[in-house]
Amino acid sequence: MNGAGFKPIDCDVHPFVPSTKVLMPWLDANWQEQVVDRGIASLDPISYPPNSPLTVRSDFRKEGLDQAGTSRQIFERWGAERAILNCIYGVQLVHNTDMAIAFTRALNQWIAAEWLAKDKRFAASIVLPLQDIEACVDEIEFFAANRQFVQVLVLANGDAPLGKRQFWPIWRAAEKHGLPVGIHAGSSYRHPVTSLGWTHYYVEDYAAQALGFQAQLASLVTEGVFVKFPGLKVVLLESGVTWLPGFIWRLSKFWRGVRREIPWVDRPPGDIIRDHVRMSIQPFDGPDDGAFIDKVIDQIQSDDFLLYASDYPHWQFEGDEIMPKGIPASLHRKIMRDNPLATYSRLGG
Amino acid sequence: MAKHVVAAVSDLPPGSRKLFEAEGRQIAVFNVRGEFFAINDRCPHEGGSLCTGKLSGLVTAKEPGAYEWTRDGEIIRCPWHGWEFDLRTGRSQCDPRTMRVRLYDVHIEHGAELAQELKAEVFAVKIENDYVVIEI
Repeated sequence: MNGAGFKPIDCDVHPFVPSTKVLMPWLDANWQEQVVDRGIASLDPISYPPNSPLTVRSDFRKEGLDQAGTSRQIFERWGAERAILNCIYGVQLVHNTDMAIAFTRALNQWIAAEWLAKDKRFAASIVLPLQDIEACVDEIEFFAANRQFVQVLVLANGDAPLGKRQFWPIWRAAEKHGLPVGIHAGSSYRHPVTSLGWTHYYVEDYAAQALGFQAQLASLVTEGVFVKFPGLKVVLLESGVTWLPGFIWRLSKFWRGVRREIPWVDRPPGDIIRDHVRMSIQPFDGPDDGAFIDKVIDQIQSDDFLLYASDYPHWQFEGDEIMPKGIPASLHRKIMRDNPLATYSRLGG
Repeated sequence: MAKHVVAAVSDLPPGSRKLFEAEGRQIAVFNVRGEFFAINDRCPHEGGSLCTGKLSGLVTAKEPGAYEWTRDGEIIRCPWHGWEFDLRTGRSQCDPRTMRVRLYDVHIEHGAELAQELKAEVFAVKIENDYVVIEI
């Protein structure tokens, strides 16, 4: 418990996939043999190298990254009531479309069987194989009946901007089933993570993720996804948060002069973002300074916007300080509980 | 309310516009298909001259891709940053509630009537003509 008399909802926890072996029970004979013959031991994406301290805080390795260890940390140590599993695994990077579909289905099956069924406090995102739009819709229809799946999950940097109409069948299915679209930091590496070209260093890659989030927000708003699917919500996971006010300013200000290009956007983009988009609080880019954080929240103009997340087992917080320092105490309950419950309607039952 | 004669109707034909100064204010007067509109020339955004902007229609869409064109010629776009203002209401398209340009009453009067009222005006009014008049 956090001592505040309420239990938080943790909106970003990463189930660790130890190796492709765990997926074998959910692969058919053909793909099982491919795993063996090709020696596919792992599909860890380089966005989160498995031995990087960012991927797993070093002391967390000892606590155990399996379901039981993660449950202990999230529910016993930090007192969460529910936690949403966002599995970042390389299935979205695979080029062979059939293989991507098969591995994604196996991954979602593994999450359902080995995590959700074993601890009902867990919820999860349906990982989507964006390599094939129809397969994404199939994936949603297949798993939506399991109410522990509360979101669909894509990467911030994929093949194409997510607002484009080719993706709309996915957003239609997500809206129909009350599933927000979680966009998590990461790349399918179809393009360089920066628009300038390929980078050399991991720190460049990670810092550039914010640009991917910005481009996705601009795409979703300008292409009219929220006009077409007014019930759709989008959650930016591990985005960094504090770049948002400046970005909203730019998008809204320039829209004023060029809105004729996108007349379906009939109100300021910032208003649309505030109505449809949410952000997880880890990491929170900025100093541990209450005045700074107050100002950011004031500039976002919404206290419904932020969702509590430990980002376990990533290294985003220190010690047991799961809330970034400086977040006003008056907002703790909203961020840790009310906002997540309002965003994820399926968590309510 | 003071009357100001802007121009003879024949000097401001449909499709034309004129910048007019009255009581220290710059006022843009437009003839849209025979209907006259007068607005403050200064864009409330950064002060661009609306009189030099492009007159256009209103582009709207109920959903992505479903463009609709209405109000042809009744929307003025500021030449500086493209903000749009409705000549009938003065309201901006981007922020109609709080961002608007001032409208002025404009109408046509016969020279015969004006000649009696506006003896002191420098504008030469002929009694047989019609004139565009604004009231401030």
